[in-house]
Amino acid sequence: MADDPTRPPFDPERIAEVRRLQSLYPDKRGALLPVLHLAQDTFGYISLEVEEYVAGLFDLTPAHVHEVVTFYTLFFREPRGTHVVSVCHNLSCHLMGAKAIIDHLTQRLGIEVGETTADRRVTLLAVECLCACEQAPMMQVDDHYEGNLTREKVDRILAELR
Amino acid sequence: MTSEKIFTRNFHLKDPHTLGVYRQTGGYTAVTKAFAMEPSAITEEVKKSNLRGLGGAGFPTGTKWSFIPKGSAAPKYLVINADEGEPGTFKDRYLLERDPHAVIEGMLIAARAIDSHRGFIYIRGEYVQPWRVFSAAVREAYGAGLLGKNVLGSGFDFDIVVHRGAGAYICGEETGLLSSLEGKKGWPKIKPPFPAIKGAFGQPTIVNNVETMAAIPHIINRGAAWFAGLGTKSQGGTRLFSVSGHVVKPGVVEAPVSITLRSLIYDECGGIPNGRRLKAVVPGGSSAAVLTADQIDVSMDVESLAKAGTMAGSAGVIVMDDTVSIPDALMVVARFYAHESCGQCTPCRESTGWIYKMSHRIVSGKGRKEDLDTILDVAKRGAGTTICAFYDGAVGPYISYIEKFRDEFEALIPRDGHA
Repeated sequence: MADDPTRPPFDPERIAEVRRLQSLYPDKRGALLPVLHLAQDTFGYISLEVEEYVAGLFDLTPAHVHEVVTFYTLFFREPRGTHVVSVCHNLSCHLMGAKAIIDHLTQRLGIEVGETTADRRVTLLAVECLCACEQAPMMQVDDHYEGNLTREKVDRILAELR
Repeated sequence: MTSEKIFTRNFHLKDPHTLGVYRQTGGYTAVTKAFAMEPSAITEEVKKSNLRGLGGAGFPTGTKWSFIPKGSAAPKYLVINADEGEPGTFKDRYLLERDPHAVIEGMLIAARAIDSHRGFIYIRGEYVQPWRVFSAAVREAYGAGLLGKNVLGSGFDFDIVVHRGAGAYICGEETGLLSSLEGKKGWPKIKPPFPAIKGAFGQPTIVNNVETMAAIPHIINRGAAWFAGLGTKSQGGTRLFSVSGHVVKPGVVEAPVSITLRSLIYDECGGIPNGRRLKAVVPGGSSAAVLTADQIDVSMDVESLAKAGTMAGSAGVIVMDDTVSIPDALMVVARFYAHESCGQCTPCRESTGWIYKMSHRIVSGKGRKEDLDTILDVAKRGAGTTICAFYDGAVGPYISYIEKFRDEFEALIPRDGHA
């Protein structure tokens, strides 16, 4: 499987990065979250196969890695869309109209919250406070925040997601 | 109000996150001064400044540092909590992006005080941009000899590891954070032992908030008396208030801790928009008990808010105007606590789920007459019975929303809802 970039193992460059990350902590296990981030960036999501592979890099049981992966919201255990749109639905965003933004997104994308569009372009999530309440209602699009959302602004953002 | 700006003094400058700008504005002079002091004298100075932790618990920072065992040969760790997650709070994001070198300089000084040679900063996973900016600042600091071996020729070594979280509110709780930093799920640990005795990787550890760190260089440079004088008798300084919801100008406001909630809302943030009236306000992040419109003449320092039956918490101020349905707001807050309970302690795991379900059915017009008393009973019984403060934080809104706005909840419960 070494030729398939969507499946383990890491290439030598990434293995070196794993070892560097592990060396930063008094116990190499401290690097588990950073390495899982690296794995997700590399393979797209954290499959059971990836969990087992990462466990081997840490001398941990696959069960320990599974427990960690399932505890945190940012690790995906299934393939995501090319883009992940996470709308905050906590209090400040709720007060400023998050529900209307979520309704608009479900309509525009034709999916429910938690789903991915049929063309695999967008995964839509509703999430807890992203701590950008001054821009409410707001959402995270991949690695950046978009705030002061209106339906029109949401449409512009969606149009730019290829 | 024209008060002294400490944390935000550089926010208006171009590229305030860079080493060059930080140095031009006096940055990294405090660390030189601190390195010429005895470590215990640094801690004393911080104690005298009346700085209290600005993450949520409000514990006196210098006192916390003094809990590190004296003369211990064990490695000691400094861990900065940048897992900002308290709903209504966003000030640490501003500091990470606009004043990262103040945090780094604060870390150097704190490390010297507690004799630590390795620091970690735990940044929430969603904060990708702040993580990039902060990581770049750390690289700049290494390049300038401010981190690593023999910092500024002092003979003192200090490394900073920038660590990314992966999405879990509970990791903002200091022992949950330490579990997570050790490569585990973020389950809080029973105290004692406190982290100062047995923390990260089993070693003596100080966990401090980002903003708390950013205050340190200013205290060293300008003196404890100056910082203490900015605040009240029991809490020094200014702090960053994150104000959101129904105000004309939401955002980060720096003000003395003694500012009143009224002044914060009406003078600093332009009051309530669209000609509406204030109905309720959460003063310290969603875990703080809600205040009604006639309770806003309170000073925002730790002690005054505690006396008012709520808490300063993370200073996240969420303002609600008279269009807001309080039962609806409680349902949103209850959903959050149900989602974020880590599941370790039974009272929290079970109660947060059931209270969300009850609050949801009340808002859906399917509430039962006994629901309100059941929520209050479950909330009061569970408080204080769990490993960490998470559930106590959830109880703040459960009880206060219902007790202060009970009529609104009762109006939603059908008369034939069975008892």
